[in-house]
Formats: sequence, C-alpha cells, structure tokens
Amino acid sequence: MIEISDVSKSYGRTAVLRGCTAAVKRGEVVVVCGPSGSGKSTLIKCVNGLVPFDSGAIRVDGVSVGDKATDLPALRARIGMVFQNFELYPHMTALQNVSLAQIHVLKRSRTEADTKSRQLLARVGLADKLASRPDQLSGGQQQRVSIARALAMDPQAMLFDEPTSALDPEMVNEVLEVMQALALDGMTMMVVTHEMGFAQRVADRVLFMDGGEILEDTPKAAFFAHPSTDRARQFLAKVLSH
Amino acid sequence: MNYRWNWEILLQEPYWSWIWSGLEWTLLISLSSWCVALVVGTLFGIARTASNRAVRAAADIYVGLFRNVPPLVQLFLWYSVFPEVLPEALGLWVKRDMPSPQFVTAAVAIGLFMAARVAEQVRAGIGAVGLRLLPAALATGLRPWQAYRLILLPLGLRAITKPLTSEFLITVKMSSIALTIGVLELTAESRHIENYTFQGFEAFGVATLIYLLLGLGVTGVMSLVDRYFGGDKLRRGDR
Ligand SMILES: Nc1ncnc2c1ncn2[C@@H]1O[C@H](COP(=O)(O)OP(=O)(O)O)[C@@H](O)[C@H]1O
Ligand SMILES: [Mg+2]
Repeated sequence: MIEISDVSKSYGRTAVLRGCTAAVKRGEVVVVCGPSGSGKSTLIKCVNGLVPFDSGAIRVDGVSVGDKATDLPALRARIGMVFQNFELYPHMTALQNVSLAQIHVLKRSRTEADTKSRQLLARVGLADKLASRPDQLSGGQQQRVSIARALAMDPQAMLFDEPTSALDPEMVNEVLEVMQALALDGMTMMVVTHEMGFAQRVADRVLFMDGGEILEDTPKAAFFAHPSTDRARQFLAKVLSH
Repeated sequence: MNYRWNWEILLQEPYWSWIWSGLEWTLLISLSSWCVALVVGTLFGIARTASNRAVRAAADIYVGLFRNVPPLVQLFLWYSVFPEVLPEALGLWVKRDMPSPQFVTAAVAIGLFMAARVAEQVRAGIGAVGLRLLPAALATGLRPWQAYRLILLPLGLRAITKPLTSEFLITVKMSSIALTIGVLELTAESRHIENYTFQGFEAFGVATLIYLLLGLGVTGVMSLVDRYFGGDKLRRGDR
C-alpha cells in the first residue's frame, strides 16, 4: 500500500531523511517512533506529498508521489491524515469540518455529506457535538473530530503524526481507543507516536528512527523484547519509564 | 475677527445642490475605489502568501511600489502620463472618450494605492490565522485555490476587519484628492461655495460634519460585519 524506497531529504545543508526505506502493507498498522527531531513528521508528510523529498521514491497504492505528473490532491483525498494539533477549521462546526472536503473534493451533495458526517461523528463518540465549534470542544474531542474528518473521505490508508502528544493525559485514551477500533476494522495505518502501550496492543511492526535514518523495522514483539540497536534500547528505556 | 456667519446660505440654491452633488461624488469615488482596493488587495495579499517564489516577488513589488509613491503623484501619473504611453487611440479614449474619465481615473488610482495597503493587511491576516491550516486542508484533498477560498481567506479576512475599517476610512478621506484632476466632490464643492459666497467657514464646516458622519457610518457598518462573521471571537480565541 505504501512503499518508501531510499528517500532522502535535506533542508539546506541539514539532512533530515537519509535513505529511508519501509513499506506498509494493506491492513497493516506500523508505528513510527524515535527521539524528537529524528525526522518522523517529515517522513510521514512525504507520504502524501505535503513535504517534497529530494531523492528516492514513494508509491502509495501504486501511484508515485514524487512524480510531477501525479495529481497530488486526488492522491491525498485517498489518504487520511491526522495532525498533532488537530488543525480543525475554527470558523466551522464539527459537522461542517467533517463535511467540507466531501462536498468540495468528492462532490457529494450537502445532505449526503452531512449524513456521512453524522455517522462518523457518532462513531467517534461525538453524536451530541455536531454543532459545536472547535473552541467549544476539549482537545480529545477536537482530535476525534479531526479523525472523523479524515475518515469522511473513505481513505485507503491513514497517517497519524503524534495524534495524542498535544493532549492532556486524561484525554489520550479516548483518542487511542478510536484509533484502535479503526485498526481492528482493518484500516492501513502509519502512526507516529510515543504511546508504546498503543504500539504493543495494535501495531504489526515498529519503525525506529534516529538522525533521519530508519534504524529498525521490526515486528512488534521482537522490537519490545530485544531491540537490535543500542539507540532503540535507550529510547525504549526512556519512554517506558513513564 | 468680524466674520459674518451666515449658515442659511447653505440651504439656498445653488449651494445646497452643490453640496449634495459633492457628497454624491465623494460617495461614488469612495465606494468604487474601496471595491477596487478590496478585490485587487485581496488578490495581491493572497499572492504574498503563495509558496511560489515568483508570484510572491511580483506581489511584493506591487505593494512596495504603490505603497511608497505618494497617492497624489500616482493620481497625476494615471491622469497625465498613463494615457500618453498607451497606443494613441486607446490613450485618447482613456483621457477623453470613456464615460467620466476623471472619476474613473480617480477611482482606479485611489483604489490601486489602497489595494497595496489592503494587500499588506490580507497577507498579515492569512499569515496569522490561516496559513497554519493549509497542510491540513491540502491533506483532505482540497486543491490550493479551494483551501484559500474555503478556509484561509475567510479566516484571514475575519481576523482583519478592524484594520480594514481604518483602510476604508482612509479611502473615504483619500477621495478628496480627486479634486486635483477636476472631480467636483465634497471638498471641491466646498471650495467652490467659498469662492462664490466668501462663506468658507460654513461650507467647510458642513463638509467636515459630512466627512465625520461618513466615517462614523463606515465604522458602524464594519463593526456589524465584524460581529456577523465572529471576528471578535476569533481574535479572543487561541488562534
Ligand atoms: N520546514 C523546515 N525547515 C527547516 N528544518 C526543518 C523543517 N521541518 C523540520 N526541520 C528539521 O528537520 C528535522 C526533523 O524534523 P521532524 O521531521 O519534525 O522530526 P520529528 O517529527 O521526528 O520530531 C529537525 O531537525 C527539524 O528541525
Ligand atoms: Mg514531529
């Protein structure tokens, strides 16, 4: 579904990604972890072309992301993305946030879109918040709206960039539960997160990044039992200690 | 000072009609140059936030040029020089044959000057509240122009209704420079009355009052617009 081969990227003279290679198969959940600044966000944003890369190739569902001829908006419509800071549209209600791209990208009628949005908001536990604006919602609720917004496009894969890092601790679980349900439904997911509990419960494989490199690409059980690099071991010790 | 006040004279013909027609021209110039300023300013404001470097540079040049040359000089350039650099037939049309050439020239010149200022506000507004949402909007498959139209621009404009009010007020006052190319707007008509009656204090007194009322009207309308779109809420919020 997602194939990343030998992707490199630098900002000016700093190399942010160095020869990254990884793949996410259909229905797989891959967790990406690593210290801050290791290039996780950059990598995941390369997947839907939000960040251009310098060399290598990324194919999503057979479509080459870096190709100039590729219709990126059309590709992005098939990949959902959830951001650390929710990034909801503050001048719209939860329902409007979820309906917008359905209407303007998928050309669904407003009624059709709103029906779908209601279903999705109910699915993430927000059936009673349809008319609320983002500033009337808690962080956890906002992030669930933003998951519904991504799901509204019937995506073939979902990308998550630290979806719980901006949340108060008591709200982390309500978001992780939604993501876990999604994974059980068979969604293809690439998830940048430090929530190792989530990785242990849901992930098929774990990628560990440091300094712009993918140092480990290991099945979950092996990653937690005996990480093969020292840096992954140190990282695990640090995140698991709290 | 033995000035003989005579307010009644303003109610007599033809002076009353002069003031009235001056007001009409002032309104007409203000509103049409404000429309030019809003449309052109919004386009250049958007261009100044574009990711394409050439587009951004072109917009920067426009703003730098139009904001820094005195508006009065710009008006003369449009009125006297611009028709001369056009092909002869077109130049003649602009100077003479198009409907109300002085009015149109003034509205365009003031509009384009104000557009540079509006562009700066729009850029700031989009930068402050809209631009960070661009990746999220694009990630849902919206095309860049859709993201601007549906999200960045509505948010950006809401955030700047207060500064836009000032720009609108400046536009109304700026309409008075149209008298230098012969448009008989409110200030010109006041001077006209002074020349005929030597009652300049009254004429300019009334003009001052009318400008004041226009200003209050603009402020009132813009604060209604602001309230309608929830700009105050947006500014108080966390974004
Ligand atoms: N737009 C940018 N311009 C310059 N440097 C950037 C930019 N975005 C990210 N970086 C740098 O790239 C590196 C990786 O960033 P990022 O992918 O956000 O890491 P992570 O998500 O793992 O914390 C960091 O050193 C960061 O400073
Ligand atoms: Mg990051």
